Order: sequence, then structure tokens, then C-alpha cells
Amino acid sequence: MTADSYADKQAYVRMEGICKAFGVVQANRNVGLEVCQGEIHAILGENGSGKSTLMNMLTGIYTPDAGRIWVGGQNVQFASPKDAIDHGVGMVHQHFKLVDVLTVKENIIAGSSANFILKNKNISREIRETCSRFGLDVGLNLDKKIYQLSVGEKQRVEIIKMLFRGAKVLILDEPTAVLTPQETAELFTILKRMRQQNCAIIIITHKLHEVMEISDRVTILRRGEYIATVDTAATNAQALTEMMVGRAIDMDIRRQPAQLSAEPVMEVKGLRALGQHGVESLKGVDFTIYGGEILGVAGIAGSGQKEICEIIAGLAKASSGSVVFQGEEILGLSPIDILRKGISMSFVPEDRLGMGLVAGMDIISNVMLRSFQKKKGLFLDRAFGKKKAEDIVKRFEVSTPSVRHVLKKLSGGNIQKVLLGREVDLEPALLITAYPVRGLDIGASYHVYHVLNQQKEAGVAVLFIGEDLDVLLQICDRLMVIHDGQVMDILDPAKVTKEDVGLLMLGHKGESPAAADSKQEEVPSV
Amino acid sequence: MEAYTSILLFLQVIAMLGTHVLFATLGGILCEKAGNLNLGLEGLMLLGASFSFYVALNFGNPWLALAAGCLASLAGSLIYAFLTISLRTNQVVTGLALTIFGTGVSSMLGKTMAGVSLPAQITATFGARSLPLLSKIPLLGPVLFQQSPFVPAAVATAILIYLFYTRTNIGLNTRIIGENPGAADASGINVTRYKYFNVLAGGLLCGVGGVYLSCVYAGIWQNELTAGAGWIAVAMVIFSIWNPLRAIAGAYLFGAVRGIGFKFQGGIPFLGMKLMVNAQILDMLPYITTILVLLFINLRKKKEYNPPASLGNSYFREDR
Repeated sequence: MTADSYADKQAYVRMEGICKAFGVVQANRNVGLEVCQGEIHAILGENGSGKSTLMNMLTGIYTPDAGRIWVGGQNVQFASPKDAIDHGVGMVHQHFKLVDVLTVKENIIAGSSANFILKNKNISREIRETCSRFGLDVGLNLDKKIYQLSVGEKQRVEIIKMLFRGAKVLILDEPTAVLTPQETAELFTILKRMRQQNCAIIIITHKLHEVMEISDRVTILRRGEYIATVDTAATNAQALTEMMVGRAIDMDIRRQPAQLSAEPVMEVKGLRALGQHGVESLKGVDFTIYGGEILGVAGIAGSGQKEICEIIAGLAKASSGSVVFQGEEILGLSPIDILRKGISMSFVPEDRLGMGLVAGMDIISNVMLRSFQKKKGLFLDRAFGKKKAEDIVKRFEVSTPSVRHVLKKLSGGNIQKVLLGREVDLEPALLITAYPVRGLDIGASYHVYHVLNQQKEAGVAVLFIGEDLDVLLQICDRLMVIHDGQVMDILDPAKVTKEDVGLLMLGHKGESPAAADSKQEEVPSV
Repeated sequence: MEAYTSILLFLQVIAMLGTHVLFATLGGILCEKAGNLNLGLEGLMLLGASFSFYVALNFGNPWLALAAGCLASLAGSLIYAFLTISLRTNQVVTGLALTIFGTGVSSMLGKTMAGVSLPAQITATFGARSLPLLSKIPLLGPVLFQQSPFVPAAVATAILIYLFYTRTNIGLNTRIIGENPGAADASGINVTRYKYFNVLAGGLLCGVGGVYLSCVYAGIWQNELTAGAGWIAVAMVIFSIWNPLRAIAGAYLFGAVRGIGFKFQGGIPFLGMKLMVNAQILDMLPYITTILVLLFINLRKKKEYNPPASLGNSYFREDR
């Protein structure tokens, strides 16, 4: 469609002059948005640009300080998510709002005005009716528990839940962040079908190629302010980035050829481990990593990434196998001994502050948390710690009022810079980093990639556990794909496509149909 | 035939001894299913027990006594609900404070009633009676329906709560709040209202347990009458894995161990001799059993056996 046709159409959702502040932070300043029925509208912006805040006001989670909202021609004031749902506005959150121990069916009917007595058969039929109205095949056993589903399936439950509640406006917050390329393609098929059904779809993202692929129009926000709304067909990725970041950005990750060390830095053999519920979480992991290379790890969340990190760092126990670091077995050593041998780990968990940092302490203390181990004596050398902290702040461009600033008051990006900076500062021989750019904006992400490349060029072995396949393929010298606690393959990123990696992540080894058949139940169907 | 009669008798004793724990356990389940850890069960029971006993003594009306017990425990849980739900205070500390408060109030109120027995009209109304038809059911009849009406009422409440959680719309909504209040809120469920309802209903049940204990089972006041039954109930909530039907088993297990303790006070018959066991050790049995039960519970690994995922957390929509 062209710009004219949208201008002619009556906007179904209209937000005007929206302002919202959290304390002194102005999250939204005079922001506007118009979305039509039968449109997929992307909202593009970096972290902290106010995308989520804006959507949270459209779904009644936050109340705007100023501004007006119209839905379906009606001026609305949502006091709670219930009000929003009653007006047909539903949101699929980035962290799914599902209850693990309940069934698909129970999650879908949650909060709906179903009869007082739940009638199983009727509910199943109603859910199927909703799905067929939107041309969706449920492809799911409605009596399965949520924790038995894959991430893609959980997302489909969320979408069905919103449609079941009669949503005409569907908002998706970073829907592809945790999906494989195949699952993403399926999601896009669903969204296109919903567009045909005259839904208004809003998708929040910072992945440009997805914006280009799926959306009809894009609204760009920057630092809480409205920048522009453009037709996707009339723009390109470079122009969108400039609007989003406010300046031109060099989006190439330069990959220097690896200068491998003669001896491997670490050899992992037959590593097995038990997970939380007595299920085997690692089922024989083997790999070797050399100095001067970046070994990437790709896999669906929960495939064993965390276990590998924790076992190498000495935080968790392996049930069998060996980890030889510079010719020495390190399984069974304490975390401090492993740290002293020169292995550093920075793991950024989903909440972005769970591991390795203390939120309530200042930057100096957090830096010293690691380095004081190397010092002797009873008393802490604060002056030394202060110097280190100032070094890290300078080297990694952490924006903070001072090194005495309490960590949790920094933005997510700066917190992650402190974490990575501290680990790099220890001059390790092996640097393990998991999800270092989780939630970072484009500028900060590229800074992190730059640091990793520097480390590699300095001869450090870098184990990089990542989420974004595009980035992994660009930065890694070798890419290890894991699935369900096993290494599927170790690939040369220059010779494979994203789709190949995606299939391996789903557990399909080789392209033969027979192999795919045997794993049929894991193939998400739509 | 004699063996059957003595088994029946023992089962009756079990039901009698377990009923107040069952009420309190159900009260705890109601709170925890909505995500509120209530360590004030003991205090709520004591409030119910002391106020009902006080009113029973001074007014002689059983229904007034029951109402007084219920109102006292409702008032206690309203304090807890307001603090933890509206003001979002720490649930552990608030619950402990509620227990201390309830214990203190009941001791103060009980100063004048220590050692006094209840008037006859109370025991006549609340005491053992055969319910028509139901008491004729083999086994169940004598065990449940030839007792104080509180005994079958506790079992019926357990079944009703079970049906409430598994078969009804609002029961499902309650479970979702306990697991993930954010999800509930996003689905349009009024988290605050549900939490208040569950905490107050739970407190009410604790109060009924207290009324049963003082006005029916004991019939005579003594300081700290509950003897830790509220704490046993906290453990029984875990034992029952938040399932009201299993709560019946848990509470009656407690009753059985208490019953064994009573039975062997005169010594344990062993090879024609009587082994005398220290009375204090017999009194300890239910508490030791509770500790052992909790140890074994911890070995279970299944996901469904976990506590409600958001238990103990306050919910605030605009938390960032």
C-alpha cells in the first residue's frame, strides 16, 4: 500500500501527545501513533527509546501523565489491562505472561468471562472456533502443560489467548528475540493471516531486516520522542537506522582471520550434567577452543548454555567428562581457583542482573569483588579498587556520574559494560561471555563486539554464547550449535546460512527427510 | 467385631484430633494459592479460639460464640491483608507479627477464663450428634457423622475448595495469581481483590479451627491452647502440595500420631510387659512427624509439586 491509502483510512488506534515520566526520567515526551486495521505497524527504537512504555499505556499497564488515546473511534482511558482487553487491545509480552504448571487451555481462558463452572468440552470447541476464524491451526494439544512447550509454541498460545479474548489490536513486544529463523517465519505467516482478517498489528522490534520484511509502516522513536512514521516500501535499513540512532552507524563487524595458538586453551570432553529436575541437561559435550579465536555457541534458550558456563567456571557440578584447561584438569576445582588460573566468565541472565554483580553496591565494590582475590592481607585496598574502576569506566565508556554510583541506578547497557569490563580487566586466557548484548542498543552492542574482537586479537580464547544468529555468523571464527544438551555440529560461519543453523538448533541433523521425520513432534506446526 | 469397633473408635479419635489442623491447613492453602505466605495461622487460630470462648462463657450463646471467633480472625487477617497486599510489606515478617499479636491478645483475654468450663448449652449445640441418614453409612458414618458437626464440615470444606480450584472460573483465576500475578493482571484479573478475598477467607477458616478447638474439643480454656497447631498447619500446607484433598490426609495423619500418643500414655504392651514411655516424648510425636514429613517432601522433584511460583512476593503493576 502507499502512503496515500493510509492517509485516507481512518486510524483504528490513535495516540496523541502522550507523555509519561518515571521520576526524573521522561520515558515518553509528546509521542503520537496511528495504526489502521489490516496493517502491520512496526515501532522501531533503541533501548530506552520508550517503545515499551508507549505500548504499556495502550494496554492499560501504565497510565499516561498527559495525552489522549482513541481505539475504534472512541476516546478511551484505560485504568487496567482489563479495560484494554475489553476494548479489544491485547499484548504479547516479551517475557510471556503464561503459567508454566497450567495447561494451554487454562492459560487461554484465564480471566475471560467464562461460565462460573468450567466446561472442558465447550472451552476446547470455542478455542478451536477462534483459531479457525483466523485461519490458524492450533497444532497444539490443549491439555499440555505450558512448560512442555517450545518457545515458539508458547508464543502461539499467547496469540491465541488474545484472539480468544476478542483482540482486534495485537501488540507484540520483541516477538522474534528468542525464536529460531524457522519459528520466526511461521510467526510472520500468522501475522500476515491476521492482517487479512483486518486486525491492527503493532510489532516492537529493533531488528531492521524484520521491519523491512513484515511491516507496512514504521514509526520511529528516539529517547522518548516521536521521530517519524514512514511507509516501509519507501525506506531502507540504512535510513531507518539513522533515524533510530540519530547518526550514521557503521554496522560492519570486522572479522580478522584468527591467529590460533599452537596448543588448545581448553578441551572439553564428554561433559555430562544433571539439571534441576533430575533430567540430564548436558548429554556428552565435546569441543576444543584455541587462543585467538571466537568460538560461538548457538542454541535455543535452555539447551545447555548455562550449564556449560557454570561447569567451566566451577559453579556447578558435572556428572562425568573432563575439562582440561592449559593442560590441566579443572573439573572439581573451586570457582576461586579456576578464576586464578585465568578463566573469566560474564553471564548476562534474562533479568540482566542476576549473576556476577551486586546491584546495591557501587562500581568500585563490584570491580573489587573479583580483583581483591588476588590481593593479600585483611584490609581492602579501596584506593586500588577506585583506580581500577575508573580505568574500566574510561576504557569501556560507561556513562555514570561517578565510580561511587550504586550499580542498579545505571542503565542496563552500562551495567553490562561494567560486568564485561571487569572480566576483561582480569586479563584472562579464556573469556566466556553469555548474552553480552542482551537488551543493549545498537551503539552499545557494537562496542561490545569491538571489545570481543580486541580480546581475540590479543590472543584470548573467547567463548561467545549468543542469541542473534546474524551477529554470531558475522563475528565468530567457528560456530558450535547445541540442541538439548548435545553439540549438533561445529560450523564454519562463512559457509553456512542462518537457516542451516536454525535447523540444527531445532535438532535436525542433516537435511534428509528421514531425520526430520523422526523428530516430527518438535517441528512447530501452524 | 471387637477389633472393628476399636478401629472405628480410633478413626473417630483421629478425625476429632485432626479437625482444627484441617481447618487451619485449608486456610493456609487459600492464602498461598493466591500467592500470600501466611505465617500468622497460629495467631489467627488463637484469636478465633479465645474470642469465641470468651463470648461463650459470658453470653452462653453458641452461635454468638462462633460469630465472635470468626470476626476476630477476620479482623486479624484484615490487618495482614492490608499490610501485605495494599502496603506490600514483607509477608514473612508480617505473618510472624500476626502470630505474636494473636498469641498476645488471646493470653490477655484468657486471664480470667483459665480453667473455667463452658456452659452446657454450648456443648449441647456443638457436641457430638448423629446426623440423620449420613450416620448410617458404614465406616464413614460413625467416623465423620456421629461427631461434632465441625468434623464433617471441615472435610466438606476441603472438598468444596478442591472443586473451587479445579472446576471454576474464579478458582482458575486465583491459581494464576499465585503463579504469576503479572500474567493474571495482563489477562484482566483483579489481583488485589482476589488476594484480599483469599486471605480473608483463609483467615476465617483458621478462626473456625480455633472455635472448634476451644469450644468443642477442649471445652476448657488454657493459655496457648493451640499448642503450635497453626505451625503444624503451615507444614501441612506444604505436605499437601497445596491440594485441599491431600490436606485431609495431612491433618488426619497429625490426628493419628496424636491419638497414638494418647493411647500409649499408659505404656506400650510389649511381649506381655508394659513399656512405659515418657509422656513428653509422646507429646513430641506429632511435631517430630511433621519434621520428618517435610524432609521427605523435599525429595520430590516434579514441577507440579512446586509451591505457587509467586508465593511470598508482593505485586505492583508498575514495577520496572
